Amino acid sequence: MKFDRLARRKLLSHTITVLAGLTVVAVLYPLVDLVYTAFVHGGTVLFQWTFLTSRNPTPCSAVSCQTVGIGNSIEGTVAIVGLAALISIPIGVMAAIFASEYRTRGLGRAVSFTADVLTGVPSIIMGAFIYGYLVIVNPNLVVTALSGSLALAAIMIPIVARTTEEALRVVPNATREAAIALGISKWKMTMRIVFISALPGVVTGVLLAVMRAAGEAAPLLILTGGSTLWFSGYDRPASALPYLIYQYALSSSTNWQQVAWGATLFLLIAILIVNVLSRYMIQRLSSKMSGGA
Amino acid sequence: MESPTPSSPSSNTPPLTRRVPRWPDRAFFGLVIAFAFVVLLLAIAIVTILAYNSQLSFRQFGWSFFYSSTWNANGEVFGALPFVVGTLLTSAIALVIAIPLALGSAIFITTQSPRWLRSPLGTAIELLAAVPSVIYGFWGLYVVHPYMATTVEPALKTYLGWTGAFGGPATGIDFLTASVILAVMIVPTISAVSRDTLAAVPAAQKEAALSLGATDWETTRVAMVPYARSGIVGGIILGLGRAVGETMAVTMTIGNRDAIPTSLLSHGQTIASLIAVELENNNGPLQISAILECGLVLLLISLSVNIVARLLVWRIAKVGGGTAE
Repeated sequence: MKFDRLARRKLLSHTITVLAGLTVVAVLYPLVDLVYTAFVHGGTVLFQWTFLTSRNPTPCSAVSCQTVGIGNSIEGTVAIVGLAALISIPIGVMAAIFASEYRTRGLGRAVSFTADVLTGVPSIIMGAFIYGYLVIVNPNLVVTALSGSLALAAIMIPIVARTTEEALRVVPNATREAAIALGISKWKMTMRIVFISALPGVVTGVLLAVMRAAGEAAPLLILTGGSTLWFSGYDRPASALPYLIYQYALSSSTNWQQVAWGATLFLLIAILIVNVLSRYMIQRLSSKMSGGA
Repeated sequence: MESPTPSSPSSNTPPLTRRVPRWPDRAFFGLVIAFAFVVLLLAIAIVTILAYNSQLSFRQFGWSFFYSSTWNANGEVFGALPFVVGTLLTSAIALVIAIPLALGSAIFITTQSPRWLRSPLGTAIELLAAVPSVIYGFWGLYVVHPYMATTVEPALKTYLGWTGAFGGPATGIDFLTASVILAVMIVPTISAVSRDTLAAVPAAQKEAALSLGATDWETTRVAMVPYARSGIVGGIILGLGRAVGETMAVTMTIGNRDAIPTSLLSHGQTIASLIAVELENNNGPLQISAILECGLVLLLISLSVNIVARLLVWRIAKVGGGTAE
């Protein structure tokens, strides 16, 4: 009788292990299917060299249609995300230095809490915020590459601030104390010792933020819009990969859909590679840090 | 006569303040605090700008904006209720689907999986969070949508049609499909936070249960989950925060119809998808104002959800840090 109950308890435990294992399969299945689908539809398109260097095609559905490339969209993405990075990295990094190195003041804690909460603000809201701002200031700037950059910068600032702060906090306090004990001034200690030791962590954090911005379509949809031309300045509309995917995915012309799949595969590969590499780097760094301390 | 020369023994060690000037420290402090204020200003500016732009709509419709279900661009009558309902409905269904999957995978990875497999599985799940929303939308349109339309939704209509939740034609472009894709997107958030908090449960806690003869599942249920509870709840709320604001994938699969849903299979709209589809310059100023007021509502929803989640997760971090020392 008692033995039966134990058997039943063990059976329940094993059943739940199997079920939990199945949930892992169910959770990872979409990732596998996503990559597989992108390869099937976008593989042949992506692996022609001209695809990455030539301009978007005009919509067309006949068999003889040309599938030209995403060169101008890659260029536009680099331009838009590049400006956003130029704006957001100094702000995010400096704010993080304040939050981490001047933490004794209540303001430091307020900054890191604000950055934390801002990372949860939906990207579409950041787009709507820049839209609302430009409508008041200068409505002509709404549909431009600049507006997209501003929205992406607003998305990146809290991410950069948070990852930088985490990287700074990993630096052991003994390092700071040793530097101060040797008579160095606080700002030199912060920049030349603490920040430099945290730099690899900061760089990976910034890379992750950049990749997140590069895949962000929502703000570009309401702001920058799209274009089939090469990038021609921040005061003009511009093409960008995520918006291209949205626009071409919903179109009925077959060559646009093919381009959308090629762009999807390209973006997916870039994002997955950067993510895997930076996660690997973070793991190696943190084990090195904790091993040294 | 005594002049302070370096060779004289009395002034061999000048005061520290003279060797290290204070002003670079002050300048540096001024610099970093200025940038820190930019972050605070950003938060204030987002709320202020959206509120300022909603004035026109608020003056026209007052509080009725929040409970009116009419959204008519030609008649210039706007009410936010369909989109608030749409947002809450998609997020709720997504949570119902995502919670068991996320908790199951977190429990498997922390308690059952072989040690060498833990980190790759965790990384793979986190990669799901790195895939851009628009790619989920494209995938949803090509893979999930036909599957829902031909297989899942007819089955639901046959077996659960009596509940009344599955009326209307099975198109595959509806609340249910959008929610399923949302669920896929929020699972990594919930799973990662749950995994971290479960992993932070002290070994003594587990060993105590095991030494009393508990099976693996009983150990998890009795000794680990209660200990990690508020962290798990925090993770779920963070997932909710992500679901509430997700835009592209939802926009591409929900059908974009500005009305209150009558069934899970009807076309609809969330606040986020409304902004994405309708915020265009050629709309009238009143409509733009109304859309930005919807944006303000979404911002307030996601801010409150996020603040609650952060406080829960922060509390756990503090408790965890306390026991570790």
